[in-house]
Amino acid sequence: MKNGEIIGQTAHQVTEAVGQRHDVLVIGGGNAALCAAISARRAGASVLVLEAAPRFYRGGNTRHTRNMRCAHDSATETLSGPYTEDEFWEDLKRVTQGHTDEELARHMIAQSKEMLTWIVDQGVRFQPSLGGTLSLGRTNSFFLGGGRAMLNALYATAEQLGVEIRYDAEVVGLEIEDGMFLSATVKEQTGTSQVRAGALVTASGGFEANIDWLKQGWGEIAGNFLIRGTPYNRGTILRILIDNDIQQIGDVTQCHAVAIDARAPKFDGGIITRLDCVIYGIVVNKNCERFYDEGEDIWPKRYAIWGRLVAAQPDQIAYIIFDARSLELFMPSLFPPIKGDSIAELAGQLGLDPDKLTDTVATFNNAVQPGTFDPDNYDDCTTAGLTPPKTHWARKIEQGPFYAYPVRPGITFTYLGVKVNKEARMIMSDGKPTANMFAAGEIMAGNVLGQGYAAGIGMTIGSVFGRAAGQGAAKYARN
Amino acid sequence: MHATSALAEADRLMTVCNSCRYCEGICAVFPAMEMRRAFSDGDLNYLANLCHGCSACYYDCQFSPPHEFNVNVPATMAKVRAESYEAYAWPQFLAPTFRRNGLVISIATCLSVFAFIVGFVALRDPSVLFGVHVGPGAFYKLMPHNAMAVLFGAAFLYAMIAIAMGIRNFWRDIGEPASTLTKPTSLWQAIKDASSLRYLDGGGVGCMNDEDKPTDTRRFYHHLTFYGFLLCFAATTTATGYHYLLGLEAPYPWYDLPVLLGTLGGLGLVIGPIGLLRAKYQRDSELVEARSYGMDVGFLVMLLLTSITGLLLLVLRATPAMGMLLALHIGIVFALFITMPYGKFVHGFYRFLALVRYAKERGDAH
Repeated sequence: MKNGEIIGQTAHQVTEAVGQRHDVLVIGGGNAALCAAISARRAGASVLVLEAAPRFYRGGNTRHTRNMRCAHDSATETLSGPYTEDEFWEDLKRVTQGHTDEELARHMIAQSKEMLTWIVDQGVRFQPSLGGTLSLGRTNSFFLGGGRAMLNALYATAEQLGVEIRYDAEVVGLEIEDGMFLSATVKEQTGTSQVRAGALVTASGGFEANIDWLKQGWGEIAGNFLIRGTPYNRGTILRILIDNDIQQIGDVTQCHAVAIDARAPKFDGGIITRLDCVIYGIVVNKNCERFYDEGEDIWPKRYAIWGRLVAAQPDQIAYIIFDARSLELFMPSLFPPIKGDSIAELAGQLGLDPDKLTDTVATFNNAVQPGTFDPDNYDDCTTAGLTPPKTHWARKIEQGPFYAYPVRPGITFTYLGVKVNKEARMIMSDGKPTANMFAAGEIMAGNVLGQGYAAGIGMTIGSVFGRAAGQGAAKYARN
Repeated sequence: MHATSALAEADRLMTVCNSCRYCEGICAVFPAMEMRRAFSDGDLNYLANLCHGCSACYYDCQFSPPHEFNVNVPATMAKVRAESYEAYAWPQFLAPTFRRNGLVISIATCLSVFAFIVGFVALRDPSVLFGVHVGPGAFYKLMPHNAMAVLFGAAFLYAMIAIAMGIRNFWRDIGEPASTLTKPTSLWQAIKDASSLRYLDGGGVGCMNDEDKPTDTRRFYHHLTFYGFLLCFAATTTATGYHYLLGLEAPYPWYDLPVLLGTLGGLGLVIGPIGLLRAKYQRDSELVEARSYGMDVGFLVMLLLTSITGLLLLVLRATPAMGMLLALHIGIVFALFITMPYGKFVHGFYRFLALVRYAKERGDAH
């Protein structure tokens, strides 16, 4: 019955909407888009959301998220301790190595405090940090049921407020005049139509699913990248905005790239294809050569450099090799490891040269120094006289059976985007703010994240700038 | 590697879910899963019986169909659960009764009602069946109380023995020592979790049945059904006490305890099953486990028939319809009793025991 009602209601709204002008048009359907739509609607604007994906795939990469990082001055029901604005800023400065806009970033961090309650008011529920993520228990608020549960709550709230939502509705053109948005061209199954609105919020994500665009920065090797999230982030809107004189920030190669299981699907494999075992073994390329210190730092801190490292290897593939002692030290993942009773046998299974791999492992084993292995903390297990060295968790790979995971670069999201100010208003290439155009989420994440990443910041950017964009757009459109 | 394809699929899903863990806060299944890295048949049967089918995880999952990972935990667990009931059935040669449960229950009910009618007619004067009987002992003009007590006592005893044997099979299969059942803290926790249906609640948000909004009402209707059943059971027990201890013979006046308990329970047992049947009918087809559909519906219909005939008997007990209604009512109850170990009724026992084990595991982990 409930279904019938909603379908009936939506159909009714759609017929009404043909040719109708909305106060605010939101392009995109993820966290940033919904926060914008809800806040604009709450400010009294009529809102239309155009989501390019079908209903099931709605929400872009938000579907794959699990938490957001918000500053807070004391512990809460789900957060184990305080996380001050200053500490958040220090973390951001460190992960981006200063490649951020301090004023904008500090503004976002200050606003993030309110988001903890605002987002709950929109129906989203938090829970304590998940098993295997203890290190985030103080800083990050986890969504009960994950990102899709969060989306379901936001969509339900938006629908309840009377936000009109259309799926399978891809915007393929924008009519912009002197920094003023006039209308959008929407492609739907029923045909192509024009949508007019008083203000525009673009929250349509990055362009990581557009391999040709990635190739412009990375060259042909981008063809070997896997895309961890939505296949719908093709950057169509981002391209149109840049072509319409909106100021671009960031460069095409900046993105969040980790090493994920090479057997993952090309798109949308999500979190379950990640591998947390690099620090317990060695990583070799297709020539059986090691190429980086696997034990440089505790894993969460180095997680996001391995995508780039593997991208720099021949054929963009590498293999994590470890022995039976390490098998249960890390979070399980989707695909089982490839197994061999000897290193040579394992090499055969991986299509690597057995002699070379045996040799690499033997050289590594010979360089391992005595030490006390501690899987959870920095330990004193290192190598001597080895290039590159392994500076922690260096244990001989000697106890069979032996295991391997093949890995490839997995792109989570991209940073090239459009420049915005604190109100999430887009900035023209001459530095002037646009009149009625706002951006939120991955499409403008590069304003805060010039490079690097810390868990949950993407959702913070989406919520804070999404809400600001919705408020700004509503205010403009209703004046 | 696994005994059935459903178990193999459950293993695949638990591997996917264990790599994700986003649903950890929704129910007991996922935290229990996280305590393991590999899943034996016994582990999977335990997890399947721990699953309440609330289905929040299905709508919250980024990998549920049409995604190529095809993660559908509630439907898969329902399948494993249905197979496990069969595997634990005692005696084993009656295991197939789970598979054709709707048919078995219908035949059992028809035969049982028929036998009571014939019995009333054959053993008494046919005119008694359609006569008007009032006052203490009215029912026993159709069938002596002792005969009724012996017959139902025997049926109930058989059902309890068969269920106990099934429980033993379950406990062995999941590899849990008997000593767990003597831990008061675990038992008390499980009693609280089961009696409140804590895990039919999507982790506090509510559960889902036919859409991605937590609008499901199964928890409410299950409470009406379960507590309605308990009240009816209490009514029967009280009446038996009245009969043997106080020498008071049924039927009792409307304000007397057995009738009050029975009426209240009966009402719950009318509204509850109707609500659950409606939820079943509306359920998202992706979540429906076709094989146990007949069993689930069969059990709900039996509860409904029990309560409706019981209430009708109360209203019409002073009319000539009483005889036939009594035959119908006790015929249905008798069929319900003897089919109990081979139908949906067993789910409560296995789930409760799974909750006891979970409470113990949680306690050990902390």
